[in-house]
Amino acid sequence: MQKQLLLGDEAIAQGGIDAGMSGIYAYPGTPSTEITEYVKASKEAREKGISANWASNEKTAAEASLGMSYAGKRTMVCMKHVGLNVAADPFINSAITGANGGMIYVVADDPSMHSSQNEQDSRFFGKFAMIPVLEPSSQQEAYDMVHYGFELSEKFEIPVMMRLTTRLAHSRAGVERKEPKKQNDYKIPENLKQFILLPAIARQSYKKLLKAQDAFSGESHSSPYNSYTDGKDKSLGIIACGLAYNYLYENYPDRNIPYPVIKIGQYPLPYKLIDKIYEECDEILVLEDGYPIVEELLKGFLNKGKKIHGRLDGYIPRDGELNPNIVGEALGFKKTRGNDIPSIVAKRPPSLCKGCPHIDSFLGLNEALEPYGKGRVFSDIGCYTLGALPPYNAINTCVDMGASITMAKGAADAGMFPAIAVIGDSTFTHSGITGLLDAVNDKSSITVVILDNYTTGMTGGQPSAAYERIENICKGVGVEEEHIRVLKPLKKHHEENTAAFKEELAYKGVSVIIAKRECIQTLNKRMREKFKEKKK
Amino acid sequence: MNKKDIILAGVGGQGILSIAATIGYAAVQSGLYLKQAEVHGMSQRGGDVQSHLRISEKEIASDLIPEGKADMIISVEPMESLRYLPFLDPEGWLITNSKPFINIPNYPEEKSVVQEIKKISNHVILDAETIAKDLGSAKVANMVILGAAIPFLGLDFEKFEEAIKFIFGKKGEDLVNININALKAGREITDDKIKKQMQ
Repeated sequence: MQKQLLLGDEAIAQGGIDAGMSGIYAYPGTPSTEITEYVKASKEAREKGISANWASNEKTAAEASLGMSYAGKRTMVCMKHVGLNVAADPFINSAITGANGGMIYVVADDPSMHSSQNEQDSRFFGKFAMIPVLEPSSQQEAYDMVHYGFELSEKFEIPVMMRLTTRLAHSRAGVERKEPKKQNDYKIPENLKQFILLPAIARQSYKKLLKAQDAFSGESHSSPYNSYTDGKDKSLGIIACGLAYNYLYENYPDRNIPYPVIKIGQYPLPYKLIDKIYEECDEILVLEDGYPIVEELLKGFLNKGKKIHGRLDGYIPRDGELNPNIVGEALGFKKTRGNDIPSIVAKRPPSLCKGCPHIDSFLGLNEALEPYGKGRVFSDIGCYTLGALPPYNAINTCVDMGASITMAKGAADAGMFPAIAVIGDSTFTHSGITGLLDAVNDKSSITVVILDNYTTGMTGGQPSAAYERIENICKGVGVEEEHIRVLKPLKKHHEENTAAFKEELAYKGVSVIIAKRECIQTLNKRMREKFKEKKK
Repeated sequence: MNKKDIILAGVGGQGILSIAATIGYAAVQSGLYLKQAEVHGMSQRGGDVQSHLRISEKEIASDLIPEGKADMIISVEPMESLRYLPFLDPEGWLITNSKPFINIPNYPEEKSVVQEIKKISNHVILDAETIAKDLGSAKVANMVILGAAIPFLGLDFEKFEEAIKFIFGKKGEDLVNININALKAGREITDDKIKKQMQ
């Protein structure tokens, strides 16, 4: 079969389509978004009747996926690393219920925080839940591991995690496809109590999970994704996880590494292989694109054994993603850096697009806030987070999805008035509604500004879960109708919008201002498509 | 051709990925291995963006190009071409558009940007917009820049024509022709420059 050029994300999606997946669930988040987008756009997936869904958030996505597994079908749920925090409840508990149809949690980490608020390493979560974790080093492995992962999941009746990082998610290479598999038949679990985590049952299920750990280790041993390559020079042994393996090989153009190397693509760690390299080498270097999880395990608390090098002893920087140069320097190779960047080169941070509705909202809000002074705008995750940058300097917080409303509530309860939350429409439906309900129930004095641009903008314009229903949701939650104001953020409405902001800021109670205007990117895209249609 | 490591540079929204797609298609049709790391997400909102494009006769290990090993930087924006100099091999080429994209208040003086580019011994700087407009569409400026890089890429020109036909074929013959003419116009600029250097 001819190779197809695919992003790491797309390879996973195609892997799912070919491996008999029946449904995929996700909330968009860089660098994981393209997996579900690919399935949604795939003609093949449509013909096979694969259900491809954008969920309200990662938790609802994971639970729907678990439900599909309950019904015996193969399923995937995809998210970025911080999305797994949101989905942590079903994630940890589904390790105890186990799976029926094959289930894969695909989690894309973002070391170096290219488009995220932290660089947490999802392998910790995998270890926490005590389930097998797969970590591909190439697009081909990403594709193959989906097939392998579904089989592993069904063999042990356990959800499996697949962890990748930004560079693989967003890098393209040739992928060879396998013979497509048929989807599973509908089949509910044989044991109808398997998914009931009542304490008495959960204790038994948990014991089963604990007992399975040895079997998971055994699988890691025979896994095609964990391998040992001997080297003559035993002064150093190298353990390279996932993508780090490529950076290691990049430093040896002839591909001959003098040291023994263990490549890790499946966890729990293969104990016997690690023991072997530790026994035969003088020192160990651990290369991992993320937190020093393997390094820490090997070192142990007392660190009395052989020298283990990595992020914890400064061989490799403690934070940030790996690259060939960092790995090269850890191996003692000279720097290869070319000329320095000339001093005249200025930073070019991302910014709100020209014509973006958020600009007009921020200008109105800033003006209305002038009498009260700075430091009272709690915001959230989305394009509008860029309002933190000059010239707007309009927001003071960005923590996690939905935290704007709840933090504003807490600050209001502490005496701040006015306290303002600025949140996008998609973030509001992801995790903002429950916070608004809290504020209404406690009659906290906050003004919630919902920037409704009809889309999930930052990740490229996926649909917004409650399109045209935001007002009704606010009413349903219990916000007084006269304090739900709808504005159109346009320059020509600046005066009246600012006046509305001023009025609601002065209100002692919960008020909501919905600033409604379509994202300029999706609008332009829609217009281009319309133009094309007309031409036909 | 053993390997070519290319940094593509620009500003989010300038469409460097169309250059990447064209080179990618030409490389794969020539039977080469390819890896291409892209930037998605936040930076696409008007920030600096880059793509690491690697093509090789042998299997490629890293998705990222090591510093000092890039055979060329192809940039659609002059200041952005300088941001990736740490990646450029001392023998490598810098091919860049001369037209600045100014969306920041502290953009340096254009003259000093050009001066810095000219300090790189192997450079091609061209006004791709003007050339593209003369050809009939400012939109093909990216293909003019790609054309100027073709003499260094070690792939047959026909492969690029095939790539253009594959990518733009559905949109009509006119668009295919104007893109191919853009490639040719860019290539000529570099050919002239090399001729002059040889003399």
